[in-house]
Amino acid sequence: MPSLKDLKNRIASVKATQKITKAMKMVAAAKLRRAQEAAEAARPYSQRMAAVLANIAQAVGADDAAPQLMTGTGKDDTHLLVVCTAERGLCGGFNSQIARHARDHVRKLLAAGKTVKIICVGKKGFDILRREFASLIIDRVDLREVKKIGFQNADQIGHKVIALFEKGEFDVCTLFYSEFKSVIAQIPTAQQLIPASAGPVAVEASDASAVYEYEPDAGAILSDLIPRNISVQIFRALLENVAGEMGAKMSAMDNATRNAGEMINKLTLNYNRQRQAQITKELIEIISGAEAL
Amino acid sequence: MVMADSFNFELVSPERLLLSEKVTEVVIPATEGEMTVMANHAPTMTTVKPGVVTVKTADGKTERFAVFGGFADILPTGCTLLAESAVHVDELDRTALEKRIEAVRAELEGASDEKKTRVEQFIAELTKLGEIVIPA
Repeated sequence: MPSLKDLKNRIASVKATQKITKAMKMVAAAKLRRAQEAAEAARPYSQRMAAVLANIAQAVGADDAAPQLMTGTGKDDTHLLVVCTAERGLCGGFNSQIARHARDHVRKLLAAGKTVKIICVGKKGFDILRREFASLIIDRVDLREVKKIGFQNADQIGHKVIALFEKGEFDVCTLFYSEFKSVIAQIPTAQQLIPASAGPVAVEASDASAVYEYEPDAGAILSDLIPRNISVQIFRALLENVAGEMGAKMSAMDNATRNAGEMINKLTLNYNRQRQAQITKELIEIISGAEAL
Repeated sequence: MVMADSFNFELVSPERLLLSEKVTEVVIPATEGEMTVMANHAPTMTTVKPGVVTVKTADGKTERFAVFGGFADILPTGCTLLAESAVHVDELDRTALEKRIEAVRAELEGASDEKKTRVEQFIAELTKLGEIVIPA
């Protein structure tokens, strides 16, 4: 049985922890709002980009003019995974969800006899994946110093990926990140970057695309566009990740605050009960002492 | 004076939507030379080099933006300029521009010859842009 003093200390420490988690929750909520705004503001660009790309891809068609970044190398022996996670922990299962998703993918690829290379964006994913695939990680990008993720950060990663592709280091590139559905739901997602998957961009491409004039020619624009598109996709992933991280952190910290509250209640009850027991005990001692006289 | 027909013009950078308005005239620094876009322009897609975009809005105001590369999608009914990065001319200052040039110059180290000429050209365009926008 802990003494009264122990209990008192314990309550004080839990209270201090609760104050911290509460503050963290509030910070995360404020940051979440900002992250959501940033993600919202970036949306028009990526939408337009997708529409334009669909248009132009249709114009160029499947002929030889299409650059390799779009069509791929024709093989799928070597896979590059770009795994984007957060830089900090204390956000529930957010990081481990993405890492687990990537890990399952890596295992599947390895089992199929493919070569796998990994680029880690963010410290937490690196820490988790290093345990199992230390030899496969070829690079890591540290965004810890970055306060607000700008397009330049994404562009750097994009350039890195393209440089590797031009050197023939990989055939297929997949991006792992967490899609921000809502504050409580973040879905780990894999998205193929190279060769560009035609899936979501194939819509609304049919109107008036045949009569476009291109300046310079369509092929030149396309080869300018596709690297940019890769950066845009990475940028979008990073923004979604930030929003997701903050959402996850908010709900994790909310839980922690609630748990601390419960614990304080329980400890306080315990404390009061013991104090009362002691008072009763002292009273009994006094009374029985008086009776003995 | 007869007002020219207006059309929708949108200027978007990856970070945000800078402008979405009815305009009568837009001057775009396309790679093949400056071009002025007005309503009912033939559908055109062009790449854009660093330079100044001049927008004449439907209510007669003129706004200027500095863009750093990108491309434009022009339709008879509207025009979308997707800029790599863009700022309003009033918000641009020399130090920011110089920092940008410095960053690009750093890329020159160890670049291949073909890339080198491209980057050098980019720097020249940026420098020119600086001269236009900010009188020394």
